[in-house]
Amino acid sequence: MNHQVAKIQIERSNNPRLAALAVWWSNYPLMAVGGLIVATVVITAAIAPWVAPYDPTLINVKAILLPPSWEHLCGTDTLGRDVFTRMLYGARVSLAVGFVAVGIAIAIGILLGAIAGHLGGKADSVIMRITDMVLCFPTFFLILAVIAFLEPSIWNIMIVIGLTSWMGVARLVRAELLSLRRREFVQAAISLGVAGPRMVWRYLLPNAMGPILVSAVLGVAGAVLVESSLSFLGLGVQPPDPSWGNILTEGKDNIQIAWWLSVYPGLAILITVLGYNLLGEGLRDMLDPRHRQK
Amino acid sequence: MQRYLFKRLFAMIPLLIGITVISFGIMHVAPGEPTVVGQQLDAKVTAADRERLRAYYGLDKPLYEQYWNWLKRLAVMDFGNSFSSDNRPVLDKVMERLPITLWINVLAIGLILVIAVPIGVISAVFRDSVLDRSATVFVFIGFAIPSFWLGLLLMIAFGVNLGWLPISGIHDYDWQQMGWFEQQMDLAAHLILPVFVSAIGGLAGMSRFMRSGMLEVIRADYITTARAMGLPESQIRYRYALKNALLPIITLLGLSVPGLIGGSVIVEYLFSIPGMGRLFYEAVMTRDYPLVMGITVIGAVLTLLGNLMADISYAWADPRIRHGGKA
Repeated sequence: MNHQVAKIQIERSNNPRLAALAVWWSNYPLMAVGGLIVATVVITAAIAPWVAPYDPTLINVKAILLPPSWEHLCGTDTLGRDVFTRMLYGARVSLAVGFVAVGIAIAIGILLGAIAGHLGGKADSVIMRITDMVLCFPTFFLILAVIAFLEPSIWNIMIVIGLTSWMGVARLVRAELLSLRRREFVQAAISLGVAGPRMVWRYLLPNAMGPILVSAVLGVAGAVLVESSLSFLGLGVQPPDPSWGNILTEGKDNIQIAWWLSVYPGLAILITVLGYNLLGEGLRDMLDPRHRQK
Repeated sequence: MQRYLFKRLFAMIPLLIGITVISFGIMHVAPGEPTVVGQQLDAKVTAADRERLRAYYGLDKPLYEQYWNWLKRLAVMDFGNSFSSDNRPVLDKVMERLPITLWINVLAIGLILVIAVPIGVISAVFRDSVLDRSATVFVFIGFAIPSFWLGLLLMIAFGVNLGWLPISGIHDYDWQQMGWFEQQMDLAAHLILPVFVSAIGGLAGMSRFMRSGMLEVIRADYITTARAMGLPESQIRYRYALKNALLPIITLLGLSVPGLIGGSVIVEYLFSIPGMGRLFYEAVMTRDYPLVMGITVIGAVLTLLGNLMADISYAWADPRIRHGGKA
């Protein structure tokens, strides 16, 4: 019904772009809400230094553990730092980790998946066995161990999360390539003599981009969660640099007296992850009508 | 069935070897040896002393030799001694911490099944109803909520504000003085929050999976046949459809084991539970190589066993495999 209303609007509207947006919104509400949340996080991260009311690492002994007020929207922590400001800067961390880690995972996944799916035979079975092996590893143990040995830093976190989350993408790419092989346009390309990397790059991968994009968006959600867990354990972003996870660590230590240290950063993580998940699910519905729920 | 079992067991061998290679490789390629930690800045520790320590721990040998020695000892369940000051065997340290971790995870799996299956079935049967929609909202939140944050909130609500449940450890201070029954009740009270927090992620995933599985089965030909034969709808749903929709759940349970075992680090850290997860965290913090490697390998083996158990139960539950055919 919304759909029809929007369609009528598009016909009547003076501003076709705005109207197109309205149609899109009513067709894919999940994606719209998710997209809005993600856009908000991205913008927040980008403009944090200009809108933050305080310095994120400025210690103020006169304002220790103040509850939320108009001056400190989310209260202050044990060193008198403004929690709202620290959360704004925390958005940068979660965004950076999410995107870089997923970028690494996608790159490895596409490479291995494409080799396995395209070459087949021995290469395929070796790569897939390795994938299975890493899949049944308790990856969080691996991440923890590596981070602790390498010294925790934002770069190490990105790399390690990336290196331990490519398996889904590899399987996906392989499966996509195998099913694309049977399609007519690929057969046509083969008969024209297209082969090797050119085949993969020009014909196969572009047609597999949809599912890869979906799993990338969902992967960002996962990476944000892992980063916050690591920071919570004290193995992520190191104080005094703020991250949602390490504010929560202080929340745990002051759980009896300062609820605001626990509530707000967690809410930020929840909403952000929810945003990526909604966007991912929405994209999946949009790109693959079979998944659409009537 | 037997052939299938043997095949599965045999397939575990390369996986096990791969796991040991990965664990060993990572621990040793990473910089920061135990001989450096804490002694680097100590002027009294000379380079010669450090070399002596390295030789003592066998760290001066080439990597492949260290790996081979480690693997030989692993074969007889000797994980070496902890680098920490108590210098006890890794296996002992893990074994005394393992039961509580296993209990929490088994209870969490139980909780997941008990809650998620009915939610999924109800969502599928009453599709697009208010019930289904609220279940969907629950699933999305369950996926997105950081488990340690949920734990913190529950601690604030039930532990700090209401004072109903304890928020750390597994025993009260006066546990020793309690009677047997009181001790069990005390333990149960301490486990409620950790088990729930461990289960939340799996809960969301499983109910979603159950819903789509049930929807798929309802569309199958044999259900249409049953309907055409005039069977009552409730019998079709709960006797025929449910049984078939439950099958893939077994596999998913197996797949959720690594997540649960990894998650126990966070849950045990949060609730100060003396289990394997917390031991691992402490080992990681002190760079206790043998302990870290031991727990990683044991954790991976537990995961493999979980998968194997899932496969076996699947084979047992699915007549197509039970009677010797191929799945």
